[in-house]
Amino acid sequence: MVMHAHAYPNIEIPTPSQIAAVALDNEPDENGEQSMILSMGPQHPSTHGVLRLAVELNGENVVQLAPDVGFLHTGIEKTIETKTYTKSIVLTDRMDYLAPMSNNMVYVAAIEKLMKQDVPERAQTLRVLLLEITRINSHLVWLGTHALDLAAMSVFFYAMREREYILDIFEMLTGARMMTSYFRVGGLAWDIPADFIPTVEDFLTHFLPKVDEYEDLLTNNLLWKQRTLGVGVVNAADAIALGLSGANLRASGVDWDLRKTMPYSGYETYQFDVPVGHNGDIYDRYRCRVQEMRESVKIARQAIERLKQMHGQPYITDNRKVAPPPKSEITYSMESLIHHFKLWTEGFRPPRGSAYMAIESPRGEIGCYVVSDGTPQPWRVHFRAPSFINLQALPHIAKGKLMADLVALIASIDPVLGEVDR
Amino acid sequence: MIDRATLEQRVSAQFPTVRIGDEAGDLCFTVERELLPAVAGWLRDEPDLSFTFLNQLCGVDYLGREPRFEVVVHLTSFQNKMRVTLHIEVPEADPTIPTLALLFPTANFQERETYDMFGIIFTGHPGLERILMPEDWLGHPQRKDHPLGYEEVAFTHNEDWIYANKPFAKE
Repeated sequence: MVMHAHAYPNIEIPTPSQIAAVALDNEPDENGEQSMILSMGPQHPSTHGVLRLAVELNGENVVQLAPDVGFLHTGIEKTIETKTYTKSIVLTDRMDYLAPMSNNMVYVAAIEKLMKQDVPERAQTLRVLLLEITRINSHLVWLGTHALDLAAMSVFFYAMREREYILDIFEMLTGARMMTSYFRVGGLAWDIPADFIPTVEDFLTHFLPKVDEYEDLLTNNLLWKQRTLGVGVVNAADAIALGLSGANLRASGVDWDLRKTMPYSGYETYQFDVPVGHNGDIYDRYRCRVQEMRESVKIARQAIERLKQMHGQPYITDNRKVAPPPKSEITYSMESLIHHFKLWTEGFRPPRGSAYMAIESPRGEIGCYVVSDGTPQPWRVHFRAPSFINLQALPHIAKGKLMADLVALIASIDPVLGEVDR
Repeated sequence: MIDRATLEQRVSAQFPTVRIGDEAGDLCFTVERELLPAVAGWLRDEPDLSFTFLNQLCGVDYLGREPRFEVVVHLTSFQNKMRVTLHIEVPEADPTIPTLALLFPTANFQERETYDMFGIIFTGHPGLERILMPEDWLGHPQRKDHPLGYEEVAFTHNEDWIYANKPFAKE
């Protein structure tokens, strides 16, 4: 049997203590040159959260670096094991706080896969609409902070202006601006308010020209191009080996989007394109994400057209063993009262077994692995956090680059530290 | 594009000891830990299979079952648009398993997390250190017998279970 030792000798992912060991044994070489160990973060504004990078520098060039994560670790996976399936939905929002709906979705979809639970068509369409708005929301924060890191201040203000609109929509729908917790196993938590669809339509009409505005500011901007074109190149083979997903993978020329290749929630019935880059540099990642915002608008519009035809259809399954009955039914139906009581005191019991479900979040493939032992609490829940795995590529991408490019690289990978540390 | 039945045949012809199962509709292989790099490398390198993308790697603690731990790996083939699961059982007495970090660099962080959370040792890993918990943390928090930060009160009806499963409850 052939053993495949060191299949990727060019990829090295050091640990912070390995970088610290360099500092202990740091003698000048024959030219009198000496490397410098720089601890970047965990409070550095360009690290997008509490990320620490242990960087070994030779002059201005990065020799090697190691991400030091875990400052935001809150034990979400451990906490979920002590709660019922429904109670844990609020915990999933808090991982990737810029894309709460995607996290809700992957968690409930994994449980639905395990239970073989169907979701009504209207709920699926609403989910698609919300997931795409979430994608726009997340990409706006990415665009704003990415540009801000490269000293383009105005883009940040414009992006935040449109994001405010989305947060208002979330608030109107769920009462919360960021931690929405709106998805439930078998559908959604409650029906949409009457003026929700017109508001979203207004937003989409308002938003689409704004994407051109962002592009006017950046796409052909000489300074922007100098900082991004040809910087931080990852080739397709390395991107796959490093487990990059989402726009980071597609910018390297790999046409892989779970919405197309392993569709869920009815994505196969929507018309949209998947933007793919070819150079795998920061500029291509930027182009892919900006283009994705336009595609999201396209999908959202199709979903709205369908929702207009589906007025009055259920937003959650009528399987009373999983979803609670409407409150009004409780007043006259003893059976409904029992179901309500059982669901809120005990919860539902998925069959023994395990399931892995993955969806395309704004940051890449977010996955959820659920193990059930037949009790109302999950035995184990593990999240494949795309930020955590994409961040792992940073030592490889940043190797040999300038220190100033490191700031651009972190932003282009688009990590959310809440999701990295969980 | 290969279909599921062909893949099952190919795997059972190449690795007769691998048990084939089903995980919520996905194809699932139970692999002995010694065989893990060979099976994963073979799935990756066969041109018609090319399971080149490691989705995720995590541990599960089935306390009370023997073998106690399980490492779960999901691999995706972009070419075949297919995902398979590898289950590797790891006994509590000798919680070691060969690393996949050399075959799939993306396993690096995830193996560190699994080590951090479950104490499973990945032999051959280039830097197996804690990643999410502090360096001086004692124990592995996702093990089922790790205390949750509060002590369960021992009553006559549950003290046997607590002292048997949580030796530190008496400390």
